[in-house]
Amino acid sequence: MAVLSPVIAIALTVFTGFFIFLAVGVDPFEALYVYFVEPLTQWWTVQELLVKAVPIILIAIGLSLCYRSNTWNIGAEGQLVAGAIAGSVFPVLVPEWNGPLVLPVMLLMGIAGGMLYAAIPALLKTRFGTNEILTSLMLVYVAQLFVDWLARGPWRNPEGHNFPDSRPFDGWQVLPVIVGDDVRINAIFVLIAVVVAWFVLKRTLTGFQISVLGQAPRAAAFAGFSQKRMVLLTFLISGGLAGLAGICEVAGPIGMLRTTVSPGYGFTAIIVAFLGRLNPVGILFAGLLLALSYMGGEGVQIALNISDQITRVFQGLLLFFVLTCDTFIFYRLRFVPARSAPRAAGEVSHGSA
Amino acid sequence: MEALEGPLLTIITASTPLLLAALGELVAERSGVLNLGIEGMMAVGAVCGFAAGYVTGEPIAGVLAAIAAGMAMAAIFAVVTLVFVANQVASGLALTLFGLGLSALIGDAFVGVPGLGVTNIHIPVLSDIPLVGPVIFGLDPLTYLAIALAIGVSWLLFRTRAGLTLRAVGDNHVSAHALGYGVVRVRFIAVLFGGACAGLAGGYLSLVYTPQWTPNMTAGRGWIALALVVFAAWLPARLVIGALLFGAVSYLALYLQGRGVGIASQFLSMLPYLTTIIVLVLISRNQTLLRVNTPACLGQPFVPDR
Repeated sequence: MAVLSPVIAIALTVFTGFFIFLAVGVDPFEALYVYFVEPLTQWWTVQELLVKAVPIILIAIGLSLCYRSNTWNIGAEGQLVAGAIAGSVFPVLVPEWNGPLVLPVMLLMGIAGGMLYAAIPALLKTRFGTNEILTSLMLVYVAQLFVDWLARGPWRNPEGHNFPDSRPFDGWQVLPVIVGDDVRINAIFVLIAVVVAWFVLKRTLTGFQISVLGQAPRAAAFAGFSQKRMVLLTFLISGGLAGLAGICEVAGPIGMLRTTVSPGYGFTAIIVAFLGRLNPVGILFAGLLLALSYMGGEGVQIALNISDQITRVFQGLLLFFVLTCDTFIFYRLRFVPARSAPRAAGEVSHGSA
Repeated sequence: MEALEGPLLTIITASTPLLLAALGELVAERSGVLNLGIEGMMAVGAVCGFAAGYVTGEPIAGVLAAIAAGMAMAAIFAVVTLVFVANQVASGLALTLFGLGLSALIGDAFVGVPGLGVTNIHIPVLSDIPLVGPVIFGLDPLTYLAIALAIGVSWLLFRTRAGLTLRAVGDNHVSAHALGYGVVRVRFIAVLFGGACAGLAGGYLSLVYTPQWTPNMTAGRGWIALALVVFAAWLPARLVIGALLFGAVSYLALYLQGRGVGIASQFLSMLPYLTTIIVLVLISRNQTLLRVNTPACLGQPFVPDR
């Protein structure tokens, strides 16, 4: 059932998508083909898919550690932007520095930027008990406005014909391509992150503490596991990974700092974390699927003239279905006679499954 | 006197959508349900309200459509979290993502279309008193509705049996269930009420505040409303003060932008979000106030026979 439920959720989303396309007034079969199948039919679109999947998976891995320990970092989008800004400091302000060391420094600065930005809600949570959901989300807006100011103002390329972009990164400041024309070295970071996260969760005490804190907070307290330490740790890890994803976007596919760094990867990663059932390997597959949803959204916009906002509709629906289907892992649906339990008919009741 | 009138009116109209959305969420949270989907419900309310107003030419139709749309969105959330006992935080996020996407999809045809404004009330004599007249007697009808709603919610929660039941369900769902109250039913109604308020708040944005539709026009107001509920310590009276405070902050940002002070507009736009964080930190230092008023079962799923 643990593997089956995401599959059912995907099937339900496609099924609902059929009716949404029908309601929008296009041939649903053609639209579904354009949305879900066409991006997989050509080599360059598959590469594009991988390029989009990489940041989503990277962020989702970090978020899954948060959510496992019942800590709610939903500001990964802001941490991604913070990482992109921090990592861009040297290529923008010291463009002459273009040697083999510059990229590692950029990546480390990106990670640090994301971590520091994630530390704000984490410290407010541990120090004052402030709700981390709201603070981490508010910081997304702040980061987006800040990068907008940077790219239009002090960091704008003086030779850029007034476009709100920084100077383009080049040479050693750009991530090297490893497969085809577009897939860059950050694809390898993803594989490393998946393996490390899997190892931490399955084989280390920290991983065990994360799970216990999430599933049985009282038991964790008796065992002496520190909730505060874990809030800080999971926020720093997820912030660092989001920051890494951010700098990899500007030093990769975008190639410069822009007013908008990401089309909502930080929020999509939340869906990916749940669709992958907070499991690193599951997240790998879920990330590829959600990257497909971005490709499909662009596809139907071009081919059928539907707003690409349909992507967010599908993503929201998918998360609903995933969460709903998860219920059937823990509960068994049982229809009971109306007399013994007046309102329980059709409701989910606790089963032996 | 004249100089004060404009600012006060701006502050009040900016605070109305926050007050409406936060009131609905307050009721839902008092029943023990944390719905993070306000932003999504507001967005769908805004676009449906605008569309209905545009098609029929009747502002009242727009308002009703906004309410209905918010309730429909809330019903999805209620089914997922109450019937299928899914995680409330994640489901709320799903509702926001879904709502923002759906509203942009529906609103595609309405971008740039001139909207239908709701005119302010004008009471002869009373509305003509300087300062007091326009600010107290000359507002739009929905603002009066919001104020009435705040009083009504306060009365319902703390002065009626229904309110007592609602708070009991939110504070201890096991005991409430044992006493024979329908926990799921009470919560379902509370969530629907929250949806109606959020939808209305969205409709206020697209029909009164800025009579037009633009994607993402809610601009984080749903999240600020959530923060307001915490700031208000789940008390409707404090909610009014909090909403006015945020109205004042929005006005300040607009005013400074208009005066052309040497601060980039992006930093002024950050003000409401930074204020939210600061306010949350300040309130969370007052742990006694929060501990007394926070619904004890907030965000916890309830399965009847356990």
